[in-house]
Amino acid sequence: MKFKKILPQFLTLLFIVLIFGFFTMNAQENMDTRGIQFGFGFLKQEASFDIQFSLIDYDGSRSYARAYLVGLLNTLLVSVIGIILSTILGVIIGVARLSPNYLINKTASFYVEFFRNVPLLLQIFFWYFAALRALPMPEDAPLIFGSSYMTIKGLYTIAPVWNNFDVFFGALIIAMIIIFFFNKFAKRKQEEEGKQYPKFLISLGIFIIIPALTFIVGGVDLSWSFPELKQLAKTSFTFEGGLGIPPELIALTLALTLYTATFIAENVRAGIQGIGKGQKEAAASIGLTPSQVLKLVVMPQALRIIIPPTTNQYLNLTKNSSLAAAIAYPDLVLVFAGTAMMQTGRAIEIVGITMATYLTISLSISAFMNWYNKRIAIQEK
Amino acid sequence: MNNVNFLKPNKENLNLYLVLGALFFTLGIVDFCLNNFYKTNITGFLPGYISFFTPLIFGLIGLHLIRIEFSGIKILDELNKNINTNNFNAALSVSIIILIIFGVAPLLNWFILDATFVGDSKEACTGGGACWVYIKTWFNRFMYGMYPNAEQWRVNATFIIVLGLMAAGYFFPLRYKKYLTFYYVIFLPIISFLLIYYLISGGEFGLEWVETGAWGGLSLTFIVSFFSLIFCFPIGMMLALGRRSDLAVVKYSSLSFIEFWRGVPLITVLFMSAVMFPMFLPDGTYVDKLIRVIVAITLFEAAYTAEVIRGGLQALPRGQYDAAKSLGMGYWRLHLLVILPQALKLVIPGIANTFLALVKDTPLIFVVGLLELVGMLNLAKTNPKWLGFSMEGYVFAGIIFWIICYSMSKYSQKLELKFKTDR
Repeated sequence: MKFKKILPQFLTLLFIVLIFGFFTMNAQENMDTRGIQFGFGFLKQEASFDIQFSLIDYDGSRSYARAYLVGLLNTLLVSVIGIILSTILGVIIGVARLSPNYLINKTASFYVEFFRNVPLLLQIFFWYFAALRALPMPEDAPLIFGSSYMTIKGLYTIAPVWNNFDVFFGALIIAMIIIFFFNKFAKRKQEEEGKQYPKFLISLGIFIIIPALTFIVGGVDLSWSFPELKQLAKTSFTFEGGLGIPPELIALTLALTLYTATFIAENVRAGIQGIGKGQKEAAASIGLTPSQVLKLVVMPQALRIIIPPTTNQYLNLTKNSSLAAAIAYPDLVLVFAGTAMMQTGRAIEIVGITMATYLTISLSISAFMNWYNKRIAIQEK
Repeated sequence: MNNVNFLKPNKENLNLYLVLGALFFTLGIVDFCLNNFYKTNITGFLPGYISFFTPLIFGLIGLHLIRIEFSGIKILDELNKNINTNNFNAALSVSIIILIIFGVAPLLNWFILDATFVGDSKEACTGGGACWVYIKTWFNRFMYGMYPNAEQWRVNATFIIVLGLMAAGYFFPLRYKKYLTFYYVIFLPIISFLLIYYLISGGEFGLEWVETGAWGGLSLTFIVSFFSLIFCFPIGMMLALGRRSDLAVVKYSSLSFIEFWRGVPLITVLFMSAVMFPMFLPDGTYVDKLIRVIVAITLFEAAYTAEVIRGGLQALPRGQYDAAKSLGMGYWRLHLLVILPQALKLVIPGIANTFLALVKDTPLIFVVGLLELVGMLNLAKTNPKWLGFSMEGYVFAGIIFWIICYSMSKYSQKLELKFKTDR
């Protein structure tokens, strides 16, 4: 009996050790013949390549570690924008699919069936190489909303120019802390005395008033910088000032959002459909208004169904953002696993770091989700 | 005549309301079409924003007038029930109708009316619409990649034989049904591999050798997806069983394997297979690119399949395990005969989703330099003789992938219904 338990385990272990041993030995040998030393010292070397789009200060004289950071931030940027937009779109489409209105219902399901069944990479290529290339050159671009230009070189729009931004930012954080404690207080009051505060309105008030106060007392000042057309050469124009969003980012965000939103929409639909009719009827029969039914009975239960698969979709979106490499948006894969690896030739270290980064993001989010799931799971008796 | 109240249409003046409603609705649509397609604004005398919203307002008034309950006309009742229950719904309906007209008309123009179908060079495309000549000229490349034209019958023959073999399982007589799994899991992959090796790759029996670098187009998409599909399923099943095993070493090694592959994007896995994997092999050994890619995709998707199957295993009640054990079944008999058949039935939708994801992931193999359909498009796009037709190419590929994926998902829904058993 014991033997039967030990043998498979032993064989598995042996198999793993053999494979890893074989790979390590070969890697060692290969690196020796090519004269490469395994190590991460190269991260401190000068990167000497440029990155088109960066959120932090960067130029060719900075180190590879800095280039890695630029790539990581670009990945996170497109992921965060994509997550926010696809959630909004997904919820709208998901609710629309449950609409009794035939036209809305069918349009929403057409959207879902269409965008879900076309490869994401193809969608990215479509937006980048076909759709966005049809936009006008900077000198011909019309003015949109009195502030922005949509051109073949990207979207140029207004940018905020802050004075004393840190004071404003601090006020925002303070406001959030106050709201957090206020909500706790309001909840306790309701549980103890049954007294209800208009929580949402007061929270919103705090969130607006405290940061707004800093404009009066904190010396915070906000103005807008507008993009202006500038002639570089006889036929070459560009925009200066304002905020320039490169077409790669636009194409990538569009494709990721439209693609992921279809999956989120399906999750939302499944979640709302998963709540039994009895729940709604029971809630209505104890005298809750329709909005209370939605807020207190349907949504808390639906969210329990919706959130886990939706987090999975967020993770997928983050991982899919690595397709950016195909259209030269400088994300982690392109900057680090692409350019940096070509220059240093350190395949093992660089692919290892890249994978470890994605792995860390994924595992930490799924660990958080497991914790959250345990917290909200129904306590069955 | 009773007094007519336009705010509350009723049944008594049915015809009047109907005529007026239809009139207003048509007016709204006509106004919209004129605005958009003929650049004439019949409501131009109104101030800016109101003139912009007139189609919506007219349509809304029209729908409001025909919203009559129990009118006795079947179509009208049906219409009111479905798209016209209240003002808010009516507004949404009108907006959607306007949006559809706005979107469909130019698309139709581009796709068919202004498109060019005949000709054999770029010069034939003079209309403003799509240039389908481009697709026609490049069709062979999109389907077979750089595979020599004279040898393409070999690819076709292989696919026809494999498809025939796949379909053959469907017609197995009942007596041999128990060998079906064996047929699909072991026999079919081996035969297909041999076919692809000898027929597509060639080099023997007087067939010219074609290197894998020349394979491409849609046929490569099929080859990669086919093998990855076939291999990722058994591996995923083993991993799922391993993860639920009582043996600590087996459990944790399966767990870390699954979590590793699920945590990284496919593109980095392909990078790994392209640049890192050769470092792990003895100097001088060379594994074909295509095989490396298939192995990478297989391992990647196997992890996802494993998680899906685990979901099915967890959903089975304990009683199934206990009952099978009480009959004296061992681990393998218990799983093969009792647990897996039930669990797999439960996870058909999940498996189908994983397979769909796999097919949609195949374009990523451009990373290692293999050009399937999307890769070929990008290559054709840069041909100096055919610049400026990327739109046609992507639309074409989009339609093909859509057909493949949509029919797969419909088929899985059919399977799900077929195997549904009430417990």
